[in-house]
Amino acid sequence: MRGRGFWAASAALLAAGLAFTELADNPYYFNATYVVLQALIMAVAWNILGGFTGYVNFGSAAFFAVGAYTTIFLQKAFGLPLPLMILAAGLACGLIGLGVGYLTLRLKGVYFAIATLAMGIVLETLVNNWSYVGGAKGTFMLTPDEHLWFDSYSEMLFMIMLVLALGSIAISRALSSSRLGRGLAAIRDDEVAAECSGVPTLRLKLVSTTVMGAMMGVAGAPYPYFVTYVDPISAFNLFIAVNAIAMPMIGGTSHWAGPVIGALLVGSAQEVITVTISSELNVLLVGIMLVLFITLAPQGIVGLARKHWRKRS
Amino acid sequence: MSALLEVRGLAKRFGGFTALEGITLDVAPGERLGLIGPNGSGKTTLINCVSGALFNDEGRVVFEGRDITRLPPFQRARLGIARSFQIPKPFRSMTVLDNLRVPLEYAAHTRTGQRRAEDEAMRVLEIMGLAARADQNSAGLTQVDMRKLELARAMAAHPRLLISDEAMAGLSGAEVDEVLEILFKLNAAGITIIMIEHIMQAVMRFSQRVVCLDAGHIICEGTPDQTVANADVQRAYLGA
Amino acid sequence: MFSADLLANAVVSGLLLGGFYAAVAIGLAIVFGQLDIVNIAHPAFVIVGSYTAYIFNTTFGFDPILVGVAAMPLFFAVGVAIYRLYYAAFERTGQESLSGLAFFFGLMFIIEVTLILAYGVDYRLVSAGYSAQTLSIGFVDLPGRMLVPFLVAMTLTAAVWLYLSRTFMGRAIQAVAQDRGALQLMGADPVRIKQWAFGLGIATAAIAGALLIIIGPVEPSVGRQYIGRVFAIVVLGGMGSIQGMLIAALLLGVTENLVSTFYGPSWSPAVAFGVLLATLAIRPAGLFGR
Repeated sequence: MRGRGFWAASAALLAAGLAFTELADNPYYFNATYVVLQALIMAVAWNILGGFTGYVNFGSAAFFAVGAYTTIFLQKAFGLPLPLMILAAGLACGLIGLGVGYLTLRLKGVYFAIATLAMGIVLETLVNNWSYVGGAKGTFMLTPDEHLWFDSYSEMLFMIMLVLALGSIAISRALSSSRLGRGLAAIRDDEVAAECSGVPTLRLKLVSTTVMGAMMGVAGAPYPYFVTYVDPISAFNLFIAVNAIAMPMIGGTSHWAGPVIGALLVGSAQEVITVTISSELNVLLVGIMLVLFITLAPQGIVGLARKHWRKRS
Repeated sequence: MSALLEVRGLAKRFGGFTALEGITLDVAPGERLGLIGPNGSGKTTLINCVSGALFNDEGRVVFEGRDITRLPPFQRARLGIARSFQIPKPFRSMTVLDNLRVPLEYAAHTRTGQRRAEDEAMRVLEIMGLAARADQNSAGLTQVDMRKLELARAMAAHPRLLISDEAMAGLSGAEVDEVLEILFKLNAAGITIIMIEHIMQAVMRFSQRVVCLDAGHIICEGTPDQTVANADVQRAYLGA
Repeated sequence: MFSADLLANAVVSGLLLGGFYAAVAIGLAIVFGQLDIVNIAHPAFVIVGSYTAYIFNTTFGFDPILVGVAAMPLFFAVGVAIYRLYYAAFERTGQESLSGLAFFFGLMFIIEVTLILAYGVDYRLVSAGYSAQTLSIGFVDLPGRMLVPFLVAMTLTAAVWLYLSRTFMGRAIQAVAQDRGALQLMGADPVRIKQWAFGLGIATAAIAGALLIIIGPVEPSVGRQYIGRVFAIVVLGGMGSIQGMLIAALLLGVTENLVSTFYGPSWSPAVAFGVLLATLAIRPAGLFGR
C-alpha cells in the first residue's frame, strides 16, 4: 500500500469506527471486535521480532499480562487515567523486552525462544505471589463512569483499541520499509553475513524486542477494564501466546500485512466458532491451523497470494 | 609506508585444538596477497579473526594503525574490512539489489535516502556484471552469480581491505577468469585484496606476494615463484 | 524451623524427585541434546503417557509402569512419524529455526487441548500397590510413590546411556550430532538415524508419563510446568551429555524441593526457569557441554 493510500484507509477506518459507535447498540459487537483488535496488535507486535527479525517469542502472554497488571497496579496505587496507564505499560514491557533480549540474544535463536518461555513462567509466578494486585485469587476492576461522548464504556474501549491497532500497523509498516527494517531482514536471513555487512546485530535485535514488548504491553493495558476481573491464569493464558504466533504465521510473516490478515481471518473465525460451536473446539482449531499452515504453507496467506499472482503474470 | 593490516602473534584455539599460532603478518596498502595452505591449515580461521567473526585468544590485529582486536565484526566492517564467504550467504529473502543495500546502508554509511543507495548499488552490480539480475531474488542465482554477489556485497561496503575466501572454488576456467578480472579491477581502484584460493593458477596470476599456512603456522612468505619452489610448501601440499 | 530432620528429608525427597525429572528429560536430552531439535512438545507427550497409564490402570488394573513399558513401541512409532513430518517440512528446507519451533509449539497445544476435550480438566490418579507404602531409614522417609519411580528412572537413564555408548545405532546417533558428513561417507543415512533417535525420545515419554502419574495426580496442563524443567536440565547438564543431564536433574530436584519446603510451593515453577536463565546468562555450555 503506497503512503497516501495507507493513511487514507486508516482515516476511513477511524471514521467508520466512530460511525459504528454512534449507530450500533448491541455491546456484543464492540466486545467481539475488541478481542479481534487486541489479537491483531499482539500479532503485529510478535511479527516485528518473529517475522522481521527471525527470533521466536513464546512468551507473548507475559508481556500482555504485565501490561494488564501495570494498569491494575497503577489504578490501585495512583488512580491514573487510562492513556497514562497505556503509556506506562508500554514502557514497562519495553524494558522487560530489552532485559530479556540483553540476557539471551547473544546466544542462538533457540535459546532465546526457550528463555521467553522461562520469562513468562517466572513473571507469572511473581504475579501469583504479589497480593497487592490480587495474587492468585485475582482482582476486580470497577468500570469507570467517565466515557467521553460515547454511549458506553465498552464503546470507548473499542475506539481506543482501534486507534492502538492502526497505530501499531503504521509502526510495523514504517519499520518494514526502513533502513532499520532492512537491517532486521538481513539478520533474519543470515545473521553472520549481516554482521559482516556492518549491521550492528545485537543492537538491532534489542530494538526489535523492545518495540515488540512495548506494543504487547500496550495491547494488554486496557484489558483489565474490558474483562473487569483479572487473574494470573487468564492474563498469562497460553492461548494468547499461541494466537500471537499462529496469526502472523497463517497470514504471512515476511510482510507487514501478514499478521493483520491473519488476525482478522483467524480472529473472526474464532468468534464465530466460539459462539456457534464451543470455545474449546475453537482453541483446538487454532493449534491445528497453525501446524497445517507451518507445514504446508510456510509463507502464509501473503505467500500464497504472491505465488498466485506470479503464476497469473 | 605503514601497513594497512598488521597481525602480531595471533593465536586461536578451540578447546584442546590449536588452529592458529604465532601468526605475524603485514599487508601493505594496495597489495594483492595470496593466502594458501592445505585444508585445515587455518586460512578461514585467520580471516575470521581478522574480520571479527571469531575473537583470537592471543595477539593483536591492527588495521590502519588502530587496534581492532576486541571490536565486533560490524564495527570492523564500518572501518573498511569486508569479506566474502566460502559458501555464499546471500540474504535469501531479498533481491540482488537489496542484498547490496544492506552493506551500503550500514557498513558504508550511505544514509542519504533511498535513491542514492539504489544508484550506488546498481553501479556496483554493473562492475560485477550482475546488473541484469538486479531485481531477481538472490536465492535463485547460479553458482557463479552467487559468488559474484558475494563479492559485490563485499564491495558495496566500500572496503579498504577485501578478503575473498575461495570465491572461485568449483568454477569453470572461463568463470575463474571473470572473477579474477573483477578482483584486478577492484585492486586497480585502490582496494587491498587478500585472496584465499586453492586454484593455484589464479593465485599465481593474481598475487604479488603469497603466504602459505600449514597446521596453523606460517611456513613460507614470498613471491609466487619463490613460494612454489619452497620445499616446505611442497611438503605441506603433497605430504611427502 | 531449620531442623536437620526437615532438611535431610527435603534433600532426600529432592533427590528422588530429581531422579524422576531425569526420566522426563532424557527424551529431550536425546532429541535436543544430540540432534538439536527443539521439541518443546516433549512434556505434552509425557502427559499422553500419563493418560495412557491411567486408562489401562483404571480399566484393567494393570500396573502403570508395565503399561508404560508396553506402550513404548507405539510411542516410538509416533515419534518416527512426527520426525518424518518435521524433516520433510523443515529440516530439508533449512527452515528449522522459526517454523520448526512454532511447529512443536502448535503440536504441544493440540495435544493439550485434545486431552482437555477428551478427559476434561479434572485431575486423574492411578493406584499401584507400592504407592501408599513408605520405606523409613532413620529419620528419613522414602515414600513408595517416589522411590519406585526414582528407581525406574535410574534404570531408564542407565539403559539409554548404555544404548548410546555401546550399541551401533546408539553411537551412530552420537555421530550424527557431531559430523553428518563423515556419517554419510560411511554409508549410514543420517535421516534414518535421526528418525530412530526421535522415536526413542518419544518412547521414553511413555515410561516417564507412567512415573509422573504415580508420583501425583495429572491433568492436561501439568505438562507445561515441565517445559522449563526439562530444558533447564538439558541446558544445565550440557548438550550431548547424559551424565550431565542426570546431575543437573538431581540438582534441580533438590533445589526445587528446598525452595518449596522453606519458601512455599508457589515459588517452585520459577526455580527451573530461573536456573535456565542463569545458566544461559553465565555458562551456556552447561556443566558438561560439548
